[in-house]
Amino acid sequence: MQNYSLDDTYIKDLDPQTHEFAITTKDLRVFYGDKEAVHGVSLPFERYKITALIGASGSGKSTFLRSLNRMNDNIEGSQVTGEIMYRGVDINSDAIDVYEMRKHIGMVFQRPNPFAKSIYDNITFAPRRFGEKRKAVLDELVETSLKQAALWDQVKDNLYQSGLSLSGGQQQRLCIARAIAMKPDVLLMDEPASALDPISTSTVEDTLMALKDQYTIIIVTHNMQQAARISDYTAFFYSGQALEFDETRKIFTRPKIKATDDYVSGHFG
Amino acid sequence: MSAKSIDKLMTGMLYLIAGVIVLLLAGLLGYILVQGLPHVSWHFLTSPAKSFEAGGGIGIQLFNSFYLLVLSMLISVPLALGAGIYLAEYAKKNWVTDVVRTAIEILSSLPSVVVGLFGFLVFVLQFKFGFSILSGALALTMFNLPLLTRNVEDSLRQVGFTQREAGLALGLSRWETVVHVVIPEALPGILTGMILGAGRVFGEAAALIYTAGQSAPALNFGDWNPLHIASPLNPFRPAETLAVHIWKINSEGIQPDAAAVSAGASAVLIIAVLAFNLLARWGGNRLYKRMTAG
Repeated sequence: MQNYSLDDTYIKDLDPQTHEFAITTKDLRVFYGDKEAVHGVSLPFERYKITALIGASGSGKSTFLRSLNRMNDNIEGSQVTGEIMYRGVDINSDAIDVYEMRKHIGMVFQRPNPFAKSIYDNITFAPRRFGEKRKAVLDELVETSLKQAALWDQVKDNLYQSGLSLSGGQQQRLCIARAIAMKPDVLLMDEPASALDPISTSTVEDTLMALKDQYTIIIVTHNMQQAARISDYTAFFYSGQALEFDETRKIFTRPKIKATDDYVSGHFG
Repeated sequence: MSAKSIDKLMTGMLYLIAGVIVLLLAGLLGYILVQGLPHVSWHFLTSPAKSFEAGGGIGIQLFNSFYLLVLSMLISVPLALGAGIYLAEYAKKNWVTDVVRTAIEILSSLPSVVVGLFGFLVFVLQFKFGFSILSGALALTMFNLPLLTRNVEDSLRQVGFTQREAGLALGLSRWETVVHVVIPEALPGILTGMILGAGRVFGEAAALIYTAGQSAPALNFGDWNPLHIASPLNPFRPAETLAVHIWKINSEGIQPDAAAVSAGASAVLIIAVLAFNLLARWGGNRLYKRMTAG
């Protein structure tokens, strides 16, 4: 595997006049201790689009994603510098109420992690913590979230059984339902389908495509076909740097950077 | 020898070892119950002990044991929960935390008689609590706290990091995530530790001899004002427990029926611990099911 220059980058400029952004980052750097894991990434994420982050293991794409809703705050010794603009506010500042921000920027993780609670409680748990007590509203929320996550038909008769009793693919869709029950603006997804079988993967992908109308989705994936199938934009990460960002079809047909070309055509990664 | 026959041999060995252990425990339990149960009667369970004549009961000692258990758990459980949650969820990885953890480990292996003498010096003499339930409860807290804390910390650590991330990613605060996500999942482990701790406390004698005392003054079970001297709830009265009573009868008992009282009291002690275990386990399972839909 050859080494590619980190200075040789192409980030497509999206015109703010014609594109509405959900999140933009500016010179975002992530440090673990003294080690810089992400080197100054500036990317725009258009509203109601799916942006895929691709790249080999250790390229920093997951780290970058996790810093967007400050999940790296929980890792001891990590530090994130730079700007994350969301609705005109830099959410990477100490003044931000991180918990409030995460209600707007939800996340689905690589491994399905439903709570050890019933399916119903998995979805209503957080809304209830934030004050929604009306049974009818909660019932409605459970039904719409599960329908959006394409799980309703399979579990509607067993809403009070444990979320952990579901299969892996169903658990992941429960986690998606749980995240969208908070009605977030942005959904961050960290390889949501990597632990799933092909059929579950394709169901989850259909779910994401359907969610695009109402949510901005940023998804990390190892699976290039997946990125090509579902995303509108793709950013290619290499060694802690976003080397190329463009419309997905351009990334997969006519990439401008040699490293991207080699990666999408399967020469490394 | 082929791998298959070695496998058979080893499996047989494991069965044998397990069998020996079960036999040993069953024999011990059986012996205590067979020796003791014939002496257990309603009268035995409810009447006060006698020092010089036959026919004494264990009523007051039995009550003292339960009261002391409840009191010491009331003190130690919140402390253990607090310390365990802090160590598992909040403590930074540095040398202070390491020192605390090491201290807890050392304390948990402290012999109970040392804890008792420490309690005697500090609670009985220094704090002037005298030989009392309170001194005993505090000594038992010293005795129990390290293991309980360790158990709470371990149980919380068993809950995957991804569960915490799930809570945080929904906008819950760290505290809400701990209380509503992590603790419910860790509950069976925490409860098991508490039950084992309670059993240890219930059967403890050495730590109590010099703190709760070796005498059981008569109680008036009609008076529940904790400030009255004869009230069962008065925390400043001396309180010989069942385990201490058994020890005392066997070391210096001069009742004609000392052996019978001792056997009966031992059987009651064992049954009480067993009943307590089963009850707590049953209650814990129900609580867990209710909280997790498991």
